Amino acid sequence: MAEEHVSPLHQFVIKPIVPLHVGHLDLSYTNSALFMTVTVVLVTLFIVLSTSGAGLVPTRWQSTAELVYEFVANMVRDNVGSQGRKYFPFIFSLFMFILFGNLIGMVPYTFTFTSHIVVTFAMALFIFVAVTAIAIARHGFHFFSYFAPKGVPWVMLLLLVPIEIVSYLIRPCTLAIRLFANMMAGHTMLIIFAGFVTALGILGVLPLVFNMGFILLEFLVAVLQAYVYTILTCIYLHDAIHLH
Amino acid sequence: MDLASAKMIGAGLACIALVGAGVGIGSIFSSLVSSIARNPASQAQITTPALLGFALAEATGLFGLVVAFIILFG
Repeated sequence: MAEEHVSPLHQFVIKPIVPLHVGHLDLSYTNSALFMTVTVVLVTLFIVLSTSGAGLVPTRWQSTAELVYEFVANMVRDNVGSQGRKYFPFIFSLFMFILFGNLIGMVPYTFTFTSHIVVTFAMALFIFVAVTAIAIARHGFHFFSYFAPKGVPWVMLLLLVPIEIVSYLIRPCTLAIRLFANMMAGHTMLIIFAGFVTALGILGVLPLVFNMGFILLEFLVAVLQAYVYTILTCIYLHDAIHLH
Repeated sequence: MDLASAKMIGAGLACIALVGAGVGIGSIFSSLVSSIARNPASQAQITTPALLGFALAEATGLFGLVVAFIILFG
């Protein structure tokens, strides 16, 4: 068993479960799609079941659901403002989807769909397009003043406007790469150190202890990256609504 | 030097980006600790921007990692 060499990146391989080809398109139901379905079902069950018998005195499950709800509601209120109220359902769904996806990925032998850039970039691109559309719908042509900060001498504007435009356009890339690279780097590191445990024999206790600490860190990263992804979405939404 | 070894060296060099991320993360959390030490009441307010700064700083290091992966497997 020890001779069998498994690449640390083997865990990220997407395997079709139900092959489905339409023309040249590969629409197979994959393990990635399976875990997305599991995530959506779990989030729905968690929210629906814990709030179904909602009472004035909350049960343990109901307080957990309320805790998450209030956490996201505060995040939207503090970072977007009162006008962000109508975008709350989207922000909440986004947060729960990424959070549960990251946490399910921490269970051994599961698949972390957030470790694929195609998933995170699709979400980031949707957010970018939606936020830009909201900004243009609200401010019209005035939206382009976003790229020219007020009170700056016009000589500086020659330099500043291209920088602002590039930093605006690069947002979906950084948003996607941050989540994907964090999850992929973390899971790769766990596998590499797990390989050291079997390779070193009795000395393998040392990487084992390190790996236990690293798993704790990975749980922190899983929650933190879901939080960061969501709060950056809130900040982009704030920029779109208030223009600086 | 053949292409395979050049790729290995290039991927290793790309990981130097982690130096910057390490310096940035260390700077953020040292400021956070000294701020909380000066004014413990401000902890709730300043932890959120600090975590945000941590994530942004860490991402720059991970860009280097992505470059390394692109060199190795791209």
